[in-house]
Amino acid sequence: MFLARIERLNPPLNALITLTAEHALQAAAAADRRRAAGEQGPLLGIPLIHKDIFCTDGVRTSCGSRMLDNFVAPYDATVVTRLKAAGAVMLGKANMDEFAMGSSNETSFYGPVKNPWDTSKVPGGSSGGSAAAAAARLAAFTTGTDTGGSIRQPAALTGVTGVKPTYGRVSRYGMIAFASSLDQAGVFARSAADAAIVLQAMAGFDPRDSTSIDAPVPDYSATLGEPLKGLKIGLLREFFDGLEARNTALIHDALKIYRSLGAETVEVSLPHLPLSVPTYYVVAPAECSSNLSRFDGVRFGYRCENPADLLDLYKRSRGEGFGAEVKRRIMTGTYVLSAGYFDAYYLKAQKVRRLITDDFRAAFERVDLLIGPTTPTPAFDIGAKIDDPVTMYLNDIYTIGANLAGLPGLSLPCGFVEGLPMGLQLIGPHFSEAKLLNAAHLFQQATDWHSRSPRGYE
Amino acid sequence: MTDWEVVIGLEIHAQLATKSKIFSGSATAYGAPPNTQASLVDLAYPGVLPVLNAEAVRMAVKFGLSIGAEVARRSVFARKNYFYPDLPKGYQISQYELPVVKKGKLSVMLDDGAVKIVGVTRAHLEEDAGKSLHEGLAHASGIDLNRAGTPLLEIVSEPDMRSAKEAVAYMKKVHTLVRYLEICDGNMQEGSFRCDANVSVRPRGRDKFGTRAEIKNLNSFRFVEKAINYEVARQIELLESGGTVVQETRLYDSDKDETRSMRSKEEANDYRYFPDPDLLPVQIDESLVDEVRATLPELPDEKAARFARDLGLSTYDAGVLSASRELGAYFEEAAALVGGKTGHGAAHAKLAANWVMGELSSALNRDNVEITASRVTAAQLSGLLARIVDQTISGKIAKEVFEAMWSEGKSADAIIQAKGLKQITDSGAIEGVIDAVIAANPKQLADYRSGKDKLFGFFVGQVMKATEGKANPAQLNELLKRKLGGGAQDA
Repeated sequence: MFLARIERLNPPLNALITLTAEHALQAAAAADRRRAAGEQGPLLGIPLIHKDIFCTDGVRTSCGSRMLDNFVAPYDATVVTRLKAAGAVMLGKANMDEFAMGSSNETSFYGPVKNPWDTSKVPGGSSGGSAAAAAARLAAFTTGTDTGGSIRQPAALTGVTGVKPTYGRVSRYGMIAFASSLDQAGVFARSAADAAIVLQAMAGFDPRDSTSIDAPVPDYSATLGEPLKGLKIGLLREFFDGLEARNTALIHDALKIYRSLGAETVEVSLPHLPLSVPTYYVVAPAECSSNLSRFDGVRFGYRCENPADLLDLYKRSRGEGFGAEVKRRIMTGTYVLSAGYFDAYYLKAQKVRRLITDDFRAAFERVDLLIGPTTPTPAFDIGAKIDDPVTMYLNDIYTIGANLAGLPGLSLPCGFVEGLPMGLQLIGPHFSEAKLLNAAHLFQQATDWHSRSPRGYE
Repeated sequence: MTDWEVVIGLEIHAQLATKSKIFSGSATAYGAPPNTQASLVDLAYPGVLPVLNAEAVRMAVKFGLSIGAEVARRSVFARKNYFYPDLPKGYQISQYELPVVKKGKLSVMLDDGAVKIVGVTRAHLEEDAGKSLHEGLAHASGIDLNRAGTPLLEIVSEPDMRSAKEAVAYMKKVHTLVRYLEICDGNMQEGSFRCDANVSVRPRGRDKFGTRAEIKNLNSFRFVEKAINYEVARQIELLESGGTVVQETRLYDSDKDETRSMRSKEEANDYRYFPDPDLLPVQIDESLVDEVRATLPELPDEKAARFARDLGLSTYDAGVLSASRELGAYFEEAAALVGGKTGHGAAHAKLAANWVMGELSSALNRDNVEITASRVTAAQLSGLLARIVDQTISGKIAKEVFEAMWSEGKSADAIIQAKGLKQITDSGAIEGVIDAVIAANPKQLADYRSGKDKLFGFFVGQVMKATEGKANPAQLNELLKRKLGGGAQDA
């Protein structure tokens, strides 16, 4: 059923890079057998689409790049293994910004993804394919990764629920690294309740990822519905500076709902938060410049034709294999790590990162959750910002803070501006996923924004 | 003519004897077919992550404790970024600002018996790279990543050495130490223990160091000495002819016995070190340090001191015999057994030391046999030494017996018995032979008696020849002197 839907609806959206129909039929049959054998489980036989950043054994894993267009992963990422074990059925691999670098899904080697709400608009990025696929109901849920907002921003722009867990909650093993200290896998779903089920299967310690955290995973579904009475929600002052009135109004409407649910709202300030974009654009490129060194044309991936010598092999394989945004970030990262610039950029950025983290910590001594918009604007036109990197980078102004501090964040639909969905962002302290999911769930019990579908994708 | 002072610092790479690699579960055994010990992690496949092998950390801690260094409570892995085909990730995971082992020191005995203290700046953990293979492949290079990810402890010395010989003595000391600690097999041919030497010269008396050259990848003590000597001569010649030394990396060509420039400072990589975000800082708590400390063996210096103190060995002998745990154990066993067999306690330790350092060591070297596989065991050697002590055989005959033991694998007594090598200590028997020799050589006797003292040796030789060397030398001397001088008595 979903496969037919993908064949019919995906072509104009370009949400998928690879369709794994045969795989899916086999996996579905296996799930049927498990069910017939008496096994139960909320994900058994449930169709999903993985962001093409997760390695999938025997299936091309391109990371949206020409560099890995020919790369068939020889192993499954831990996220893939876990969801497979839960019985979920992979239908395909979702389009994405190249190596997860982008906020509009326009940097993909496989072309831009269109927003199902308006195909002239971007779906956001970097997990644009996963978001569009979830919004167009091409699968019951999709996976994504969030380094600076790559789950929450596209979730907001496509009207779905997107969860970025605490750094270390979900294993990064098998997830192609962009910026190791910021990358975190998460989920796109139609509701917080669905996302809770998926996150349950994804989360947990993995001995193969030294940064994954060995702490028990609570039952995320069990606490859904717990009353919000007494919950203190902090309104992030810095998130409203310069926000358009229409968008501000949507957030205030959401706050009214929360107050009606028994929550208290107070304004809080994170003075260093405005520094998060420049900080991020030092730390993330620095790490990516090193992480992407392994793509050298020697062992796997793209290799230029007839290299004259080793240097030529490196230069042309990388020059031809990587797109413009990836190269821009590798160069930025190489620069900020260079002798003579390291202290002024990389070290400084690490210090600011610490200050931002401290700001959040201080805020969470006063409030339980922070709330604000996910993005400054709804989905923008394809092509509008692609030639202006800095404007593009500013799209992540509200989401990057949570990555720098390693905090869990969630975006849920909270209304429309000119027919395009807007997202409400919740950020909580480390390991507060259950609290975030419950707060989102209760909001979704009181509203129907999350159950609206783009026309033609009902 | 300027009096030049040589300044040398070494960076020793000791391959740690862990079963698996430092960041993956692959085996580290040497000599496996290419790329059969390389996992996806070693091949740096997209998405894979490193996981630190705790055993490598313990070994580094062990080394730190053995040189009296402070072990860092918090230490950080960093990425050293550069492109090379045998470096799959495009960076080497190493340590930069916060190594596991901080400052320590080693005492090194020089050839003249003097002891020199050499400072160790730091020791850090890192992964080895793979190997590029250029031979036997037409228009292509092969890459073997079996070695990629093998744990190394890089031990960086202070620039404390003042000659190639000192550098070698220091390197040998570190070699001894890592084998004592059982953290490195010390196999230099297989590259398990190698070093880079930083060499510079300066006019004696000047504080400021001269510009240094770094000689890469020296994998034998002999090469270290030769490469440094060549480099020192090159730098002095250059400076004396008005040139300047440039900071560069050089390679030693053992065939031509020379060093050659590999790359200059300008061509050097900017490694862009930064903390590896895939690995958490390593926390080493007091309990781990205590646990490792409890596993420390008796260290070479402690053993040497004990040999000198309790067994009365010279400092030099004690140093030689404690140079490896196995040699020390062999010596101690042999010495104790001789003592037990002769009832003389430690009195014959010196005899055992001489034999272990002399005949035994030459036989081992000659046949290229490890002490642990010696064809003459410590017990067998002690059996031989006991026969010297009780005068059954002379020291000279003992050498013959030892050779037979070495080749036949039998006990000393069996060989003495079978070959009839028992020393003649019966005065009557010796006198009989002397009388016969004197009777057979009247001319020599007359000459001797007329003042040709040198002929005494002739008579000794004749008696020894007649007894096949078995006459007790001391007795023979005494009796012969009396008999040769006997003419006066007759007169």
